[in-house]
Amino acid sequence: MQFLQQIINGMTIGSFYALVALGYTMVYGVLKMINFAHGDLFMWGAFLAFTGLHVAGSLTGQAQPWLLGPVFIAVTLVVAGIGVLVERVAYRPLRSAGRLAPIISALGVAFILESLARNIYGPRWLSMPQGFVPSGVLMTYQDVRLSALQLAVLLIAFVLMAGLYVFVQRTRTGVAMRAVALDPLTARLMGIDVDRIIATVFLIGPGLGGAAGMTVGLYYGSFDFTLGWTFGLKAFIAAILGGIGNIPGAMVGGMLLGLIETLASGYLSPQWKDVIAYVILILILMFRPTGLLGERIAEKV
Amino acid sequence: MTQSPSSRWTSLLTSLRAKPWLWQGAIVIFLLLLPLPLGNYYRTVLWRTGLYVMLGLSLNLIVGYAGLFQLGHAAFFAIGAYTAAILNLRLGMPLLYTFPLAIGMAALLAYLITRPILHLRGDYLAIVTIAFGEVVRLSLVNNLLGITGGANGLSGIARPVLFGLTLRQPIHHYYLLLGFLVLTVIAMQRLEQSRLGRAWMYIREDEVAAEAMGLDTARLKLLAFVLGSGWAGLAGALYAGQLTVISPDMAKFMESVVMFCIVVLGGAGSIPGVVVGALGMVTLPELFRPLKDWRDAWMGLAMVLMMIARPEGLWPSRRIQMELREEEEA
Repeated sequence: MQFLQQIINGMTIGSFYALVALGYTMVYGVLKMINFAHGDLFMWGAFLAFTGLHVAGSLTGQAQPWLLGPVFIAVTLVVAGIGVLVERVAYRPLRSAGRLAPIISALGVAFILESLARNIYGPRWLSMPQGFVPSGVLMTYQDVRLSALQLAVLLIAFVLMAGLYVFVQRTRTGVAMRAVALDPLTARLMGIDVDRIIATVFLIGPGLGGAAGMTVGLYYGSFDFTLGWTFGLKAFIAAILGGIGNIPGAMVGGMLLGLIETLASGYLSPQWKDVIAYVILILILMFRPTGLLGERIAEKV
Repeated sequence: MTQSPSSRWTSLLTSLRAKPWLWQGAIVIFLLLLPLPLGNYYRTVLWRTGLYVMLGLSLNLIVGYAGLFQLGHAAFFAIGAYTAAILNLRLGMPLLYTFPLAIGMAALLAYLITRPILHLRGDYLAIVTIAFGEVVRLSLVNNLLGITGGANGLSGIARPVLFGLTLRQPIHHYYLLLGFLVLTVIAMQRLEQSRLGRAWMYIREDEVAAEAMGLDTARLKLLAFVLGSGWAGLAGALYAGQLTVISPDMAKFMESVVMFCIVVLGGAGSIPGVVVGALGMVTLPELFRPLKDWRDAWMGLAMVLMMIARPEGLWPSRRIQMELREEEEA
């Protein structure tokens, strides 16, 4: 039964990775650029949730679970807004400047976001305000436990990912998004407003990241400003694992990485679990560079 | 008739360009005299700057010349330092004798690590190098083979002894570093103009065309990694000798990012560019220590603004600048 418990824990962590990985993969899909600032946008989700819950708690005088809803929506929207702003200010002017310049600019944005968090909230670990999340265990089967929070995390992740998938596959904007990812120039010739589509991507990706940031903050209870790098790098690995630029790939990759990590930590060695994750990444890139679900793309000459 | 001041300046610059040894010699003399009026703190700042110039130059081989995205360079810096420290602490080898082995170890590991991933391009390569860097750091933290000292690292490394003089003072280390740095710059200049350097730049500009012209691109890329990493290993050994304490933090991703930025901010592929980059990324933040809480934010802002205003870097190599200008004219 130990094994079943590990699977539940792994899937919870995996759904975090998947949500953050979606942000990386969508941006890479349309801009062919690694958004190194994405991890820190995600981290800001956790910090804003911290502030939001404090404010909501003091406004209503008491910590109540229903307050999580409005705070969740507000955090998602604010982080999405920051994402759009970052794209407008730091990435759009560099769209024709080669591949090195956007990497440096993204790293610069990451520095700024991280430094702001450290200076505003301090370098210490923060604890999420208590009382909002019902702490009870929802289901117990022998010694396997599923908490309400875990179920909520899994449900939220599933709903968001399913919603995104339908959006990208079925709506006009989604089709336009795929067209831009495939060939921006032709998409522009077909009358698609490429700038608007890219802005939409930077609305959705960081929005999902912000949502994930809040749930991660609540799930672990405490965090500090390094959350962006540590978690962000893992999520990026998840995106590569599934095949970067591929939306279902990010979901599969995230889940897989969460499971591998939890199992490795439970059965092999908690000390080496990160190393195992990185080695898997390296092996995948060595033997299947386009990831598990990625298509083989010939190098353009 | 009197010359206008501006044309006098131009003729002076032209004559200097014709006699590079003149201004190069002047720079070396300036650097020899520079620490003398300064206190120990500023001498150490100078030393740190020099160290990062050296690291920048070593990474410049990989990123600037060959155009390969290496974002885990700090790992080889750490490997050099740990090799020197372990040989010194375990076998009692004098630190200076460990330098060739530190270089060799970093180069050997670079060979083994990069060989299987050479076919990766651009961003994928960047990610694998990040992952390798983290694997190295975590292996050091987890006390690999029981000789790396875990998260605390290693301490008590013996000071290097040169011709009977134990190098203790910051100024000793400054001069030791300066010696190696001058050698590095000379070697880099020679490399840049050599067959090898030009082959790397060909790969950077167009790998497919380079391969079609008969260049063994895999071997050349491997060579860039091995040489650049070995050089970082030397910097690591010098670092171990100065601080006598090393920790796995040397291999942090942040360190690799700083090195990468040094190369790109100054202008990838340009030796003076690396110096400018190191001044911007290492010296300036060091001098503004009182503001250190906001240092990263300013650095980040500078990086974004720089890339928007001057994506080719502050002091780009003339070759790249010419290429860019030609494109504008065409």
